[in-house]
Amino acid sequence: MAEAEPTVVADRVNIVYKVIAGQGGKGTAATAFRRILKRQDRPTIREVHAVKDVSFTAYKGDAIGVIGRNGSGKSTLLRAIAGLLPPESGAIYTGGRAALLGVNAAMMNDLTGDRNVVLGCLAMGMPADEIDRRYDEIVEFSGIGEFIDLPMSTYSSGMAARLKFAIASAKTHDILLVDEALATGDAEFRVRSERRIRELRQQAGTVFLVSHSLDVVLDTCNRALWLDKGVLRLDGPAAEVVAAYTRSARA
Amino acid sequence: MPTAEPTDPGALAERYGLTRSSLRPSLDTYLRELWSRRRFVAGYASARTYAMYAGARLGSVWQVLTPLLNATVYYLAFGVLLGTKDGIDNYVAFLLSGIFVFTYTQRCMTEGSRSLALNLSLIRTLHFPRATLPLAYVLNELNQMLVSTALLLVVVGVTDGLAWSWLLVVPALVLQSMFNVGMTLIFARIGTFVSDVTQLLPFVTRTWLYVSGIFFSLPAKLTDANAPEWVIQVLAFNPMSAYIDIVRRALLDEHTANQLPHAWAIAAGWSVVALAGGFLYFWRAEDRYGRG
Repeated sequence: MAEAEPTVVADRVNIVYKVIAGQGGKGTAATAFRRILKRQDRPTIREVHAVKDVSFTAYKGDAIGVIGRNGSGKSTLLRAIAGLLPPESGAIYTGGRAALLGVNAAMMNDLTGDRNVVLGCLAMGMPADEIDRRYDEIVEFSGIGEFIDLPMSTYSSGMAARLKFAIASAKTHDILLVDEALATGDAEFRVRSERRIRELRQQAGTVFLVSHSLDVVLDTCNRALWLDKGVLRLDGPAAEVVAAYTRSARA
Repeated sequence: MPTAEPTDPGALAERYGLTRSSLRPSLDTYLRELWSRRRFVAGYASARTYAMYAGARLGSVWQVLTPLLNATVYYLAFGVLLGTKDGIDNYVAFLLSGIFVFTYTQRCMTEGSRSLALNLSLIRTLHFPRATLPLAYVLNELNQMLVSTALLLVVVGVTDGLAWSWLLVVPALVLQSMFNVGMTLIFARIGTFVSDVTQLLPFVTRTWLYVSGIFFSLPAKLTDANAPEWVIQVLAFNPMSAYIDIVRRALLDEHTANQLPHAWAIAAGWSVVALAGGFLYFWRAEDRYGRG
């Protein structure tokens, strides 16, 4: 794959974001007023340097597993590739739009599953006749069955994740970013979604997969990035990186 | 590293035509993208209307009941208790037109200020022009406004009879909708980054409600108070007063004594300014929505 064309280039990316770290102090109206009078920034806002100086190049046809411990910046990196989080310094270049698939992102919860399918496809810019054509396929792939008429708020988290994966993967994306989506599905759905990821790869797309399941990474990815506290520890063939990661986890 | 490139990453990206992932599209690309998602706007608006009334037993009957009940409350408070109807012949139609027109803009602003915050998960899942969401909210309110206007026409038809001038309600609503799109986009952006605005807005709109001449005739009130002539000229620049006035001109026969100066011109001016300004203002932050 050395001759392949690059689809994602990360050039010394640093990502810093602000989080509201719970209520600092007593959190009463009086303390809030005092803070405003003294012109202090909210003490509860903390800066997190989530990704530190990460550089890599991904190519067409790559399926890249992103591994590392909780809080090592994996999801943050994915969101930056998707263009949802600006790097503090450095740059991420992508060919075409990247679609992010996460388990936490709900869609329109008070709407039924079928409306979510149609609206999701419309939002992605799919023409109406294509939606009509693909609708059955999407619903069938999600495996939601008769629940498709019910509001998404009644779905279990696994069902919601499946439907979202089905909708977002209905369109061929140049770059697909998958955040733990496979872990939530049942065994049968896992097999199906792994197959879909392989298909997407063959359609000359690039897939990034954040997962704690090293088996899934070994099965679906040809390459892996190991992030440790925001630093890129290792970038290489999936088997090598996973082996090094397991070794360090045991040590 | 097996994929180490000898060249500089930026140059490599440029050679293969890659672009920065968080880059705002140019204004004309953005407008074209928006146009291509027009079915999403319509679909989202209708889904939202459906979801809004799905839990209520009376369902979408509330679309008719809400404006009626609103009008009744204001009629009792101002028409009966405070007696502000002096000098206005068809007070019911006068009041209804004011309330309905005002509510349209007010709801657009307050609801629109939350249009992005409430859809963060959708924004973080799919890529689409963010302005579609505030636009869908305006479409919702326009839908409600059309129901309200139909109600108003029934009232005027019963009390005053039909008239050709009713047709002027159409351009009046078009102008107001343009204004509302602009305002909704502005407040959608503000509401996303300064969520305190959502708490503050109800007070702002309520103050606006009382100075817009909804319950009483502004010119009559000012004459009573012996206010100088320029005061009415200044108050006439209030966009809400202008939008209310052009609807009243279209519907009420006797609305000549109470009308405001240059209402059509002022209404049209505000529409263009708000629409263009709102779009520009919203678009300039397009690459920042949904972050946190």
